[in-house]
Amino acid sequence: MEKQFDLPYPRIEADSCKSCERCVAACPKGCLEISETYNRFGVKAVAYKGSGCIGCGICFYNCPEPYAIHVEKPDVAPKGGAQ
Amino acid sequence: MATLETKGMFDVFTRSGSENRITHYCAGCGHGIIHKLLSEAYVDLGLQDRTVIVNPIGCAVFGYYYWDVGGVSAGHGQAPSMATAISRLKDKAVVISYQGDGDLAAIGLGHTLQAAARGEHMAVFFVNNSIYGMTGGQMAPTTLIGQKTTTSPFGRNPATDGMPLHMAELINQLDLPVYIERVSVADTKRIMKARQAIRKALEIQRDRKGYTFVEILSPCPTSMRGTPLDAANFVIEKLEKEYPLGCLRDRTAEAEVRPEPATWVNLAKFFGDDGSEDPKCEAAEDKERRFKFTGFGGQGILSLGLVVADAARAMGLETTWLPSYGPEQRGGDAACTVVTSTRTIGAPAVENPEMLVVMNQAACAKHLKTVKPGGLALVDSTVVLPAELPKDVRIVQIPAIEIAMANGVPKAANVAILGGLIALDALSIPAHLLIEALERSFAKKPALIETNRKVLQAAMDYCRHHGLTGELP
Repeated sequence: MEKQFDLPYPRIEADSCKSCERCVAACPKGCLEISETYNRFGVKAVAYKGSGCIGCGICFYNCPEPYAIHVEKPDVAPKGGAQ
Repeated sequence: MATLETKGMFDVFTRSGSENRITHYCAGCGHGIIHKLLSEAYVDLGLQDRTVIVNPIGCAVFGYYYWDVGGVSAGHGQAPSMATAISRLKDKAVVISYQGDGDLAAIGLGHTLQAAARGEHMAVFFVNNSIYGMTGGQMAPTTLIGQKTTTSPFGRNPATDGMPLHMAELINQLDLPVYIERVSVADTKRIMKARQAIRKALEIQRDRKGYTFVEILSPCPTSMRGTPLDAANFVIEKLEKEYPLGCLRDRTAEAEVRPEPATWVNLAKFFGDDGSEDPKCEAAEDKERRFKFTGFGGQGILSLGLVVADAARAMGLETTWLPSYGPEQRGGDAACTVVTSTRTIGAPAVENPEMLVVMNQAACAKHLKTVKPGGLALVDSTVVLPAELPKDVRIVQIPAIEIAMANGVPKAANVAILGGLIALDALSIPAHLLIEALERSFAKKPALIETNRKVLQAAMDYCRHHGLTGELP
């Protein structure tokens, strides 16, 4: 049986995103992209590709909006993961 | 799961009656990043209840809507002086002055240098984007040689415009500042250095050690005319050449702990003031008409008010015109008030207008309820009226935007509104004076007079056809 690990992932609040693409450019793993759908302000918000996040928090610190992107990290980092 | 998220800021930003979770900054603005670093620092150091941030004039003027700490607004350039007062009067206060280059390096240079020379106990954060961002990209003291701005369209010329002002180096000439560093928020590595510098400055404040100055190079995508990433590259490639990053001074170890300020005495109590208020004076409004025009920036709200004010002036009335618009570079609310009177006008501000023009939904939600009983509200048909309408107010909807578009000039919706106002006789100003004032406003663009006259006529025809006149139905 395959063991399930908690993996880090970015939690994105699409309505707070202004599509400046700073996080997309900064993500070291390239796991963020600009989505094709519009948010409530008519902006194409950023979206997580679904895999690849290492929980480094770089997207959070690059984002100029307080609530657009958060990073959920497991309490104990997996071996080799950034914390 | 542990969450890396913003701390120390309000959950919902209530600003100008709207509630949302986004700032008013342009996409990719450095301010948001610095706001987050600052709020994270004061929460992590346990200073949230003691922090007072003095907001400047500039894009960061609305900081108190975002930071969940004490907030004060200072006059243009005077943030260091106000911070001095708070720092001297309030014991245990951690006073932060957060300023841009127009506020700190231009109009407030004297306040800044004097506060630094006195070594006041405060943290100054200087956001340097080499340009006046809020007012539309004019040349700042920090603008680079050869940098094109709206007031230096051929590039800054040292022969006439002087050389860029190096604030951190200037402060470094003084004896008392404890900590001076220049950082940047252009990319991740630099943001992390900025984070440490901001923390360090707040730690010095926590320990009561004196004046700290952190200059932060920040991208302004709107005024630097590029994408947010272009602006960040501009900061790295151009701005950092002129303003090298690094710590210029760190005397934390040898700095002495400053004494606590003197105890604060309430002078009002000292003089026996029991806090009761003076009786209110009612202002006489003899033959005074008070109007308000509201909508989006770009809809011609302010020009419509100007035309009405100009017509009232031509009628021989005392007139005021007062615009009000948000600090947003794009898509802000615009409003203006016009007061006409037979006597000298006391106040140009209008809280309860007799006549209100509403051209967008946001303005409807905000202003419709303020109309005086017995007043008139002229609303564009694209606006959905709220379920609860104000009592005793006549609300008229005309398709102003549609009429303007049908005549091929979507920008002339304000002229269609003017047609409605004439048909409804809402302004007590003769129609020919209003039409003359409208034509005067196009004196520099005579080609537009004819199309605008067409729109005006179409709007008046619409009102006549639908029985909308000055008499109440």
